[in-house]
Amino acid sequence: MLKVRNLKSFYGYLQALRGVSIHVEEGEIVALIGANGAGKTTLLNSIAGIISSKKGQILFKDKDITHFPPQQIVKQGISLVPEGRQLFTPLSVMDNLILGAYQRYKRKNKDNIEADLDRVFHFFPILRERRKQLAGTLSGGEQQMLAIARALMSKPKLLLLDEPSMGLAPKVVKEIFRIILELQKEGTTIFLVEQNAKMALGIANRGYVIETGRIVIQGSSQELLGNKEIRRAYLGRGYKKVWE
Amino acid sequence: MVLWNQQVENITREEIEQLQLERLQATVNRVYRSVAFYREIFDEKGIVPEDIDSLSKLSILPFTSKKTLIENYPYGMFAVPLREVVRLQCTSGPEGQPIVIGYTRNDINHWTDISARILAAGGINREDIVQICLDYGLFGGGIGFHYGAELIGASVIPGPDLDPVRQLLIMRDYRTTALISTPSFALKLIAAIKEKGISLANLNLKIGILTGEPLSESTRSRIEEELRIKVISSYGPSEIPGPKVATECEKRSGLHIFEDQFIPEIIDPRTGEVLPFGEEGELVLTTITKEAFPLIRYRTGDLTFLDQSPCSCGRSLIRMHGVTGRTDDMVIVNGVGFFPTQINRILAQVEGAEPHFRLIIDREGTRDVVNIMVEVSESIFFDEMKKLQQLKVQIEEKIYQVLGIKANVKLVEKDSLSEVEPKKVVVDRRLK
Repeated sequence: MLKVRNLKSFYGYLQALRGVSIHVEEGEIVALIGANGAGKTTLLNSIAGIISSKKGQILFKDKDITHFPPQQIVKQGISLVPEGRQLFTPLSVMDNLILGAYQRYKRKNKDNIEADLDRVFHFFPILRERRKQLAGTLSGGEQQMLAIARALMSKPKLLLLDEPSMGLAPKVVKEIFRIILELQKEGTTIFLVEQNAKMALGIANRGYVIETGRIVIQGSSQELLGNKEIRRAYLGRGYKKVWE
Repeated sequence: MVLWNQQVENITREEIEQLQLERLQATVNRVYRSVAFYREIFDEKGIVPEDIDSLSKLSILPFTSKKTLIENYPYGMFAVPLREVVRLQCTSGPEGQPIVIGYTRNDINHWTDISARILAAGGINREDIVQICLDYGLFGGGIGFHYGAELIGASVIPGPDLDPVRQLLIMRDYRTTALISTPSFALKLIAAIKEKGISLANLNLKIGILTGEPLSESTRSRIEEELRIKVISSYGPSEIPGPKVATECEKRSGLHIFEDQFIPEIIDPRTGEVLPFGEEGELVLTTITKEAFPLIRYRTGDLTFLDQSPCSCGRSLIRMHGVTGRTDDMVIVNGVGFFPTQINRILAQVEGAEPHFRLIIDREGTRDVVNIMVEVSESIFFDEMKKLQQLKVQIEEKIYQVLGIKANVKLVEKDSLSEVEPKKVVVDRRLK
């Protein structure tokens, strides 16, 4: 479904990705793990079109979307749940959700959007209860749910999740991950970026480990969990000697 | 047809290339970070890991040779700390120098999976009783198959270090259905059957997976006939791990290379240049899943060629022809290098069959002189001098045309070479 070949992304003169190749098959949950500053968010933002300074190739359903602007990428069926949620905090839950359907709202298919709202509320019943409340007044967990729900409103085939567990209590994290699994069952493909490697690999089919802009390990989640180096990559420290 | 790993064994070309690129890049990143030998040689050549932006860029990377492995003994080529290594196996260099190979837990799992693929390609399933007559020690030939057979769920008899007669008794009494051994051990079994007068009717054997040595078609048919089994062979150098890089399928027209684990290339052993598909040369392998002992462009020293055409068995993995010779066999005459197998092929083209021949090299002054004695098939009568002369000239011309060497061909009667000492294809008398 998604193929990234040899992606190099830049912030000005600073190169953040150094030739990353990954792929996501339809129906999979794929996790990208790595330490702070390794390039996880850069990769997601590059796929979503937010970072435009890049070389390499991004194919979505065999279409080259490397240099598409973000709104075009959303139209293709890719939706990003950004790091730190990025909600419109002064707006209501409902307004946040409708803005998630912005692309389609213009085309006046209000009925469809009503149906999608129902679908989203089915995944997140708490949001229905709070639909009139301002987004900024929600708890951390609810805000994360709203961010995911907002992304779902564009009816994505591929959902990009940036650190969904960040800053949340373990119990809430569990709930969020349960919902991610449910989304997969309902047919959404998921590419997930996480610092919480154990949690992410617990639900993912496959995973990649990124280190200073390079993929150093890839494999099935089981393989990755069995790899002691994952802990090192996750903690961001390496051994110097073979016999250490 | 049974595919053990459906997901990989009939993968599309596009999918395998994406997978290979991802795994190759991750491997290169890891070796550059963790193996001093690779980091130094990359730096020396001005290569950074991100230069590998496509599979074809593999050819800019330096080769790894057996010599490198010997020089970095014991742990210099390891890419992970020992605490992550769960197994150590070994192999040796040409003069017996030791080489140690480490495996992580994941490496063992991959090894087991590809072993199971080989066994399943031979037709082994959970109903089978598998007798493994291979070395179980440091060399690791047997233990890989052992794990693979257990993964499939077959009943495994680990039977190394037993003489052929005792193996036969076990085979008979335990009702072994599949034999895993070297071709030469299978021949020993045949001899033991004859010697002890054991009736084949008392054996349940139906499958033979023969490995560790090249298997000629004539040996294969002999073993198949005498043991009444179907034989497939597998290939792999011990340092990769052996013999589990490629397997024959039931069609037996070449060995499918496990391309999700290894990227094959064929190079000209003289220049190191990558040859186009279908041309014969030295097989070079890059491991793309190994964690503990990754090897970049490892020169196997084995001569073969690759075939990308689809196989009727349904596996989409590329095939290599059975190993035709070793680069160590290369003969250099007046500065021109060639392989005896090339002479073989020229003779086959001219005569229509692969005849026996003997290559004798002498030095006269500063020049090397090549004499080739070739057995002539019975279809040519020795009284037809003119025909013989024509044939001789034809072979000489063809050798000059293909190899660029001037050889004197002498035609001899069929079966006469077997009596000429020494019994080697190449007799090099230049050193004496």
